[in-house]
Amino acid sequence: MTTHAAPPLAQDVLTVTGLGVSVGDRSLVDNLDLTIRPGERVGLIGESGSGKSLTALALMGLLPEGLAATGSVRVADVHHDIVGADENQLSRVRGNDIAMVFQEPMTALNPTMRVGAQVAEAMLIHGTRPTRRAAMSAAVDLLEQVGLPDPPGTARSYPHQLSGGQRQRVVVALALANDPALLICDEPTTALDVTVQALVLDLIVRGVIDRGAAMLFITHDLAVVATVCERVLVMYGGRIVEAGPVQQVFTRPRHRYTQGLLAASDLSVVDDRGRLATVPGTVPAAGQFPAGCVFRNRCGHATDVCASTPAWTGQDASDGFACHHPAPASEVGHG
Amino acid sequence: MALRLLIRAGILLASVAVSSVLVFAFMAVIPGDPARVALGVNASEAAVTQLREEFGLNRPLLEQYLEWIGGLVTFDPGLSYVTRSEIGPLLADRVMVTLWLVGTAMIVALLVALPVGAVMAVRHRQLSGLTLSALSQVGVAIPAFLAGILLIALFAVWLGWLPANGWTAPVVDPVMFVKQLILPATSLALVQSAVLTRYVRSAILEVLREDYLRTARAKGLKPMQALVRHGLRNAAVPVVTVLGLQLSTLLVGAVVIERVFVIPGLGSLLLDSVSQRDLIMVQDVVMVLVVAVLAMNFLVDVLYLIIDPRLRAGAR
Amino acid sequence: MSAEIPEVLPTGQTGARRRGLRNHSLLIGAALVCLVIVMGLLSFVWTPHNPTLVNPAARLQLPSAEYWFGTDKFGRDVFSQILVGSRTTLFVGIVAVGVAGVIGVPLGIVSAMAPNWFGELVMRCNDLLLAFPALLLAIMFTAVFGSSTLVAMIAIGIATIPNFARLIRSGTLQVLKTEYILAARASGRGPFAIGLRHVLPNVSSLIIVQASVSFAIAVLAEAALSFLGFGTPPPTPSWGRMLQESQEMLWSAPRLALFPGAAIAVAVLGFNLLGDGLRDRFDPKLEDRR
Repeated sequence: MTTHAAPPLAQDVLTVTGLGVSVGDRSLVDNLDLTIRPGERVGLIGESGSGKSLTALALMGLLPEGLAATGSVRVADVHHDIVGADENQLSRVRGNDIAMVFQEPMTALNPTMRVGAQVAEAMLIHGTRPTRRAAMSAAVDLLEQVGLPDPPGTARSYPHQLSGGQRQRVVVALALANDPALLICDEPTTALDVTVQALVLDLIVRGVIDRGAAMLFITHDLAVVATVCERVLVMYGGRIVEAGPVQQVFTRPRHRYTQGLLAASDLSVVDDRGRLATVPGTVPAAGQFPAGCVFRNRCGHATDVCASTPAWTGQDASDGFACHHPAPASEVGHG
Repeated sequence: MALRLLIRAGILLASVAVSSVLVFAFMAVIPGDPARVALGVNASEAAVTQLREEFGLNRPLLEQYLEWIGGLVTFDPGLSYVTRSEIGPLLADRVMVTLWLVGTAMIVALLVALPVGAVMAVRHRQLSGLTLSALSQVGVAIPAFLAGILLIALFAVWLGWLPANGWTAPVVDPVMFVKQLILPATSLALVQSAVLTRYVRSAILEVLREDYLRTARAKGLKPMQALVRHGLRNAAVPVVTVLGLQLSTLLVGAVVIERVFVIPGLGSLLLDSVSQRDLIMVQDVVMVLVVAVLAMNFLVDVLYLIIDPRLRAGAR
Repeated sequence: MSAEIPEVLPTGQTGARRRGLRNHSLLIGAALVCLVIVMGLLSFVWTPHNPTLVNPAARLQLPSAEYWFGTDKFGRDVFSQILVGSRTTLFVGIVAVGVAGVIGVPLGIVSAMAPNWFGELVMRCNDLLLAFPALLLAIMFTAVFGSSTLVAMIAIGIATIPNFARLIRSGTLQVLKTEYILAARASGRGPFAIGLRHVLPNVSSLIIVQASVSFAIAVLAEAALSFLGFGTPPPTPSWGRMLQESQEMLWSAPRLALFPGAAIAVAVLGFNLLGDGLRDRFDPKLEDRR
């Protein structure tokens, strides 16, 4: 995967400032800042329960009933904020300016509708094709682009006649149908067989590059982020704890959590008893994270000062970390 | 798909055949002598013998069964033991009346249950949804004949808007027909819609939680559009199931409602025949009702295949 | 849906609220059922008047301190009839549900544990029996055996067998998949012992729920049958026949329809709510499924 730098454009595709997601008085995502430039591929990593999927849904305005978002989410060429927008406004943005690929391909498609019609519908809703016929033939083209065999035949089949990998390709085709400026992928390959993961991943990246679209890639798989993304944000306990270029974050992590995460994914790191490294403890339940530094109850470096929320250290939201006891900048490898 | 339809049709035919044997066996074997039953204990032995001769009740049972079922299949069921009139035309008349009643009730129930159930599902956490939910629970507990009596008390006795009972064929006097149909059909529909509403609610609630509905919204459909275009068809499967099951409840309800409103339908015919100990008539009416229920089950199976493509291929 | 969403969904909130609502149905249902049972038991030891005593001097009295619910066209006390009527209702319900359970439960368990073809056969017979609703079967029985409470109870019971058999079969099939059944089989227990010692206790909650729901169906069927004049013969008071007798009096005394009508609705509502509440108490996952 080439990591060419995105050409600097006047407007960012996505500007998130102070995004919060809460249910009742429990905060699930807290004060999240994020900017994505045109054509940029950004990874959002974290363990399950860290709030990354909720962040994705909040960006789409698709939070489940009962969950509320605060802060601001601005999308290029959309003249209103996503947070607080009504369904009429959101429906014009979704699938047109921002599109999303979900984790579970087995249930993401309507079982009673032919897949071609489901792809074509995305274009008909936003009027990007003049007629049903045009949309249908465009849908067949899209199915071909995502590498499905016999595109016209596939278009006429129902989801249950396709395999999981094939269904996920359909979902990708559907998401790319209107050439969105930003594609959000929420663990798009996690539910797939290992053998097809790489194929689907490759095809998503190709689709995004061909369209000059930006991508927010959510995963817990560090290796995938390393191959696909240029920049990465590390999320824990509903907060961004570290951000920066992939190369920098993965080789010189500053936050203790990032450090632990990297160690845990590295099969060559063993402790003195020969066991693989893990991040000690488990992710607390949503809303049950400690006050101050959310990681302090699992952190070997935690001290009393960690009871206060660590400030962001770094030039801006896209490069820095929030830790009272960061790994030294020179320390290479894994603590 | 064609194969599945054939299998289903085969099951329908087999069910009809088996239930006809059951009905015949039950009515013809257990009570002893149908001629004696028809004429009563005080009838002379000679009269009983004559009736037995006349209707061939002294022949082997198999022969009697074949003649009975043959008569029904060819729409020529012969004569009543008691009134000695042709059963065929009478049955046809009564079926039409009951069909009007049950059909109207079913359609009204659906027209009420679909939107109300949908509202209950979409607002399932709000007071309006919960109130409707509680109301439907009460509605389920009110039998059709009770609803009928209360409706008569309200609209016929107290307000005097509608006739309390009676039946007029639509060709004779359409206005009177409608007037007399309103209360009995409403009585039946009230209970049905209460039951259906609850199923529509849970079916739509189920669908609202589905991932593909979120995908539909992610495409740019508004929530209501997503529900209508992607949800309703999927929610239809459980609702259609219930619709099929409810037909038998509806038919039974009609039997009682016809008595309440003095309507000359199948139910009245059945009850009169029971009182008159006209076993052949009872047998025929029961058979018509059972075939209606079985046919509805078949129709539901066919509807499944149309609604859900997953059922068309492969094993069950 | 991503794995983490369910964790953070506000299950605590809605679940509690929903359970609260459901607990209400359990509570209200139990209260209504208790009311009917207390009425029935009370009628054995005390009724304000003789429910079958015809008293022309006291015809069509309005509700008063003497006659709480008034009197009918024969001067019989309506309240006393309602009390004794609950006895009839409960009696019919118990016997009908008993018949259905005693036949339906073993049938369900056996059809699940027996070879596949046998299970299929039982289920086909079940479907067939479903084509004969309780009231139709009861009318057929009446045509053949004449009308009596016993005939009504047995007919309603037989018509309710499929409800039990179907549910218990699917419950048993689930239990049979569990590890401890495998363990019991591995340790050489016979099918009879497994059915009795392991399956039956595990489907008992299903049986209780189905019994409650079936009771409501039996109450409805008995009321309809008595209303048609085929159920409990006079002079034994029965809610259905009281309702039928009230119909000709709608013009002069519509209140006569209200009391037995309300009694029927209370009993049916009670058993339905109790069944719903128990279902959720035993298995919250089954909410909204029927």
